[in-house]
Amino acid sequence: MENSFRFYTRLNLVELLGRQAKNVAQLLNGLKQVPDSSIYYHTHRFLQQHHYLSPEPPNDFAFWVTNCLSLDSLGEQLASVDTVQFRTIRGLREKFLEILESYCREQNSRNTDCQEGEEFHFMSCRTFILPTPYEARNLKEFCEILKKVSINSIYFHIFEARLRLERGENDFSNWLEDIGQKKLARDISRLDPYTMTLEGLRKKLLQRVSHNVKD
Amino acid sequence: MLRIKDYASVVGEGPVEELFLLAERLKGKRIQNVNSTAVGGGVAEILIRMIPLLRDLGVSVWWDVIKGDEKFFSITKKLHNALHGVEVGIGPDELEYFVEVNRENMKEVLREADIHVIHDPQPIALVEEKARVGRKWIWRCHIDFTDPKKEIWEFLKAYIERYDGAVFSAPAFSRPLAIRQVLISPSIDPLSDKNKELPDGIISSICERYRINRERPIVTQISRFDYLKDPVGVIKAYKLVKEYVDCQLVLAGGGATDDPEGMKVLDDVRREAESDPDIFVLFLPPASDIEINALQRASNIVLQKSLREGFGLTVAEALWKGKPVIASAVGGIPLQISHKYSGILTHSIEGTAYWIKQLLNEPEYAKRFGANGKQHIQANFLITRHIRDYLLLFLSLYEQKDIIYL
Repeated sequence: MENSFRFYTRLNLVELLGRQAKNVAQLLNGLKQVPDSSIYYHTHRFLQQHHYLSPEPPNDFAFWVTNCLSLDSLGEQLASVDTVQFRTIRGLREKFLEILESYCREQNSRNTDCQEGEEFHFMSCRTFILPTPYEARNLKEFCEILKKVSINSIYFHIFEARLRLERGENDFSNWLEDIGQKKLARDISRLDPYTMTLEGLRKKLLQRVSHNVKD
Repeated sequence: MLRIKDYASVVGEGPVEELFLLAERLKGKRIQNVNSTAVGGGVAEILIRMIPLLRDLGVSVWWDVIKGDEKFFSITKKLHNALHGVEVGIGPDELEYFVEVNRENMKEVLREADIHVIHDPQPIALVEEKARVGRKWIWRCHIDFTDPKKEIWEFLKAYIERYDGAVFSAPAFSRPLAIRQVLISPSIDPLSDKNKELPDGIISSICERYRINRERPIVTQISRFDYLKDPVGVIKAYKLVKEYVDCQLVLAGGGATDDPEGMKVLDDVRREAESDPDIFVLFLPPASDIEINALQRASNIVLQKSLREGFGLTVAEALWKGKPVIASAVGGIPLQISHKYSGILTHSIEGTAYWIKQLLNEPEYAKRFGANGKQHIQANFLITRHIRDYLLLFLSLYEQKDIIYL
């Protein structure tokens, strides 16, 4: 149907790359070589697995460096990488490489290993995208579906579409723009979804959309 | 019998709906599971629970068991121990016999299927048939092998790499391999006797039966009596806590009465505990699921102070009941607990004691870990997620890309 919005959902199968890191230098080497899907997985795992936590834990790299290598300062730098600014995984990877390379240069190859059993294991994911039965023809229907659709579906349209599928913008804003809701599209586009829980994000989306339905 | 739709009351309609969407895309695919035992052991337990639910989703799936004599199973026991890093002294003639028994089973066990899922090392060599019958083959490893003996790993690896994919339960068990490796963590069944909601009256009556006082703090470790679960270390941590905070310690678990080492551990634990009436050492008979459920629910804190661990599903069980858990950072436990988010990870007796004191003294702080932990288990370690992963795994065999549109 023209100008309608079909809700999709996405499900991940986690893959193991059989590669591990014991220190920062090995983390850096791994980060250079693993596929894009691995960078995506390690920067979004907490969001997907701990979508109820607030404040949310940071990306896997920061979490490991802080908790297993006790490198608080480096951990903080890695945690503060502003994922929402990046439009491609390539750009995101380069940012992490830059931080780690700079750290390794300063340390002059002095590397502390983590404790045995706390190694960083590189993983990645294969993502399955499938249509749900839900389709919205207008804002009112969009709002109703947003209330009941699975959290995986919201995740897909906000995070996966923008960064991993490189659509540049989240799917909701793209559709709202198409149906002439330019201000609402911009409002949603300006949200930083990385700083809220997924249920919190659902609430914020609903607030904004329902406000426009009334209008 | 439980139906897949019964789980919607626990996980919501959405995730169950997604299972049906995935299962629909597997229509026409026949899936055979093969393992080495029909009853007893973790693999049989998983298959007994999962196969009826997969069938309820409309998936054509079944399960066959290989046959072997005593000699074969003594060799597979050695293989199992070698994967755990134990020096076993396994001869080439034994490996030859192992393969021979696998070959004898090929005619009997292998049936026409689109996907063959072979569980653990015992039937691993069935994959020799792949060259003849084709189709898709998966090796599902349920064993923790962080430190396998090299020659045995090399022997098994030659078979593993003939499969289309290998599945492990925790990232630490993965190795460089020429085939795709998938992470599928085990799960708990929220509707089983061990995990279902219990009326408070039942919890109280079970505590009374063991003379445990529910009015005072209870710290519990549920695990079989095994050195690797460090029950003596748990008592030492409790004694450090007891100097400052009043509490009771429950150490409960089963074990085979014909396992001499298990009985020796139990003796050691009883000796360490004998002078303190607040330590309850409970050697539970099989089928004590309701008792375990009640003891976990009665606890203020649950421990899992293992020195080594496979996945450590007792952690998921306790978190599911909203309990703050303090556990060792070994095996699959770090997947279940993110330190200071959904529980506490420790490395020593002293560290465990420190955190028990903290959490007993600050119950509100402890409650947050329990609540986060429960959410984490709900999203990631229930049987519905486990089924979803298997469905995705089967579908993934027919796709090459990382992003797949179904």
